[in-house]
Amino acid sequence: MYKYDEYDQQMVDARVAEFADQVKRRLAGEITEDQFKPLRLMNGLYLQLHAYMLRVAVPYGTLDSRQMRMLAHIARKYDRDYGHFTTRQNIQYNWIKLEDAPAILADLASVEMHAIQTSGNCIRNISSDQWAGAAADELTDPRPWAELLRQWSSFHPEFSYLPRKFKIAVIAAEEDRAAMRLHDIGIQIVEKDGVHGAAFYVGGGMGRTPMIAPLIKDFVPLDDLLSYTEACLRVYNRYGRRDNIYKARIKILIHELGADEYRRQVEEEFAHVKSLGVDPPKAEFDRIAAQFAMPPLDASASDEIDRSDPDFAVWVDQNVAAHKVPGHAIVNISLKPLGGIPGDANSAQIDLMADLAERYSHDELRVTHAQNIVLPHVRKADLLAIWQALDAADLATPNLDLISDIIACPGLDYCSLANARSIPVAQKIAQRFADPARQRDLGELKLKISGCINACGHHHAGHIGILGVDRKGTENYQLLLGGSGAEDVSLGTITGPGFDEDGIVDAIERVTDKYLSERTDGERFVDTYRRVGMAPFKEAIYG
Amino acid sequence: MVEHLQADGEEPCVTLDAFLEQSNATAVRLESDEDARALIPHLDRLSLIEVAFPKFRDGRGYSSARILREAGYTGELRAQGDVLVDQIAYMKRCGFDSFAPEKDLNPADVEAALSRWPEHYQGAADGAVPIWKLRHG
Repeated sequence: MYKYDEYDQQMVDARVAEFADQVKRRLAGEITEDQFKPLRLMNGLYLQLHAYMLRVAVPYGTLDSRQMRMLAHIARKYDRDYGHFTTRQNIQYNWIKLEDAPAILADLASVEMHAIQTSGNCIRNISSDQWAGAAADELTDPRPWAELLRQWSSFHPEFSYLPRKFKIAVIAAEEDRAAMRLHDIGIQIVEKDGVHGAAFYVGGGMGRTPMIAPLIKDFVPLDDLLSYTEACLRVYNRYGRRDNIYKARIKILIHELGADEYRRQVEEEFAHVKSLGVDPPKAEFDRIAAQFAMPPLDASASDEIDRSDPDFAVWVDQNVAAHKVPGHAIVNISLKPLGGIPGDANSAQIDLMADLAERYSHDELRVTHAQNIVLPHVRKADLLAIWQALDAADLATPNLDLISDIIACPGLDYCSLANARSIPVAQKIAQRFADPARQRDLGELKLKISGCINACGHHHAGHIGILGVDRKGTENYQLLLGGSGAEDVSLGTITGPGFDEDGIVDAIERVTDKYLSERTDGERFVDTYRRVGMAPFKEAIYG
Repeated sequence: MVEHLQADGEEPCVTLDAFLEQSNATAVRLESDEDARALIPHLDRLSLIEVAFPKFRDGRGYSSARILREAGYTGELRAQGDVLVDQIAYMKRCGFDSFAPEKDLNPADVEAALSRWPEHYQGAADGAVPIWKLRHG
């Protein structure tokens, strides 16, 4: 994986010094909260309901054991011993003191990490496929492009005061594990006539106006990738709406202009930008790509797995995925134990995952947008030992992509924007479907919960989505069906009137019962929904 | 490091509309929602372009500045309005060489902000050599 050179380190160190100075001026009263706010936001520091929240970037979700251990250290030393892995492959800490923030950033910088641009109206952390570099189905490793974009977008002088935040995802497989088309820019590395290029999807997003990004350019030569991105951003910076925060994302601009007119403007800008020398030479790409080289895996390793322990066998079937090298596998560690908080891990668990990565996964871990952790390069012969260690730490829940593998935002328990709690609803649903055999029978079922219309819990993209709203002072939950954040991307549809906290759990059970009675062989929940439509489900829910 | 300060008695800036309509003015003010490219045919007779920042969050002026510099404008390019010390380094990278903040800035803070970043990841309008070029000579 990518290692900083002296330039990268110096950038991060300068940022630590800058932010320490800004915090000092804020604590001394030299700048107002209004002036401080955009500065702290560009360092990932939010003011939440009870305390400051710090969001730490995990670029494209990749980290090593040393970095993972630092995340545990921060949880122990500065927070309440846990952290929350997010849908943008980052981690956030919920109980941070402003005066500690500079020291935390300095600790992070010591392991080549930072919180740069994890909030604010700038280009956010670049996200990617959590199985990048390991997946059996990928065209190439997308992360070198994500790293190039990370460097290009860091402290970008023109694009640090955009109309609104800006999220970019890069993938290189047909199976979309990064919700690519629900990003402001989704880039897919594709192949045409034996040459790799980039398909640009621009103007997707969730929030209160969810949109699937249209294809703006089907094949951008990779030598032009940064200048094409710069052109996309410049058109947005100049013409994105600034009169209304709710209409300021690029999806609204593209919706109002139309994809064709936006494309025309980008092409015109690109013709100019390309002359500026924005794109680094191939030597720079090669320098970065070399650091993402596949670790030395033994392709003659045994493909045999001893499945004599039935619990282990269940976990292997559910949480282990195919690796591109024979004898190896990708381990998905669920952070969704029964009754737990989706995406949370305590410092001991984080340390344990770091240890396992160091010992069994060539020192690499990934954070997934579904708020789980991945060990990407594991020998099949080591799976049993890994499972035993995970099981002892309550990290072996065999529920990847099942109904209890829930994405949930922090909700009203933490977030100052939320209208309703997400976490207790997630916990009640997991309890209702606690029987592992029942979950497996339901099959792949992506359930996503947001505690407000901003959709941090991706409810629009859930096979089943839940949106918490405030209805005359009481928490109320709307139910959506039929969304997807994957390659079959779609937006969910609201079933009808909402429910209270227990009512929503009952409603979901009626929906899943209906699915079981309607499904044909091999159909996932979302397939059945697409085939039969909303009406039978509505009938089952509301009578 | 602030190369120009707003001098008393300099020629006042005219609006973009006024400038385009007639005018032998040599100083023009560009509001944040106005198209910098409208000035491109006239750059050789301009000695001052003032770009408005009505709010520091309104980042359109950064693109305006780069567009003007990329088109070859070499005169004074001034950021006027809600210009704060923490934005100045980015403004300078985008081509501004003069600043007219509504509220006075502490010169020591300005100096610190402008000297904080030894290198930059990306090229902009300030002629700085991007890090990728430093890496490969």
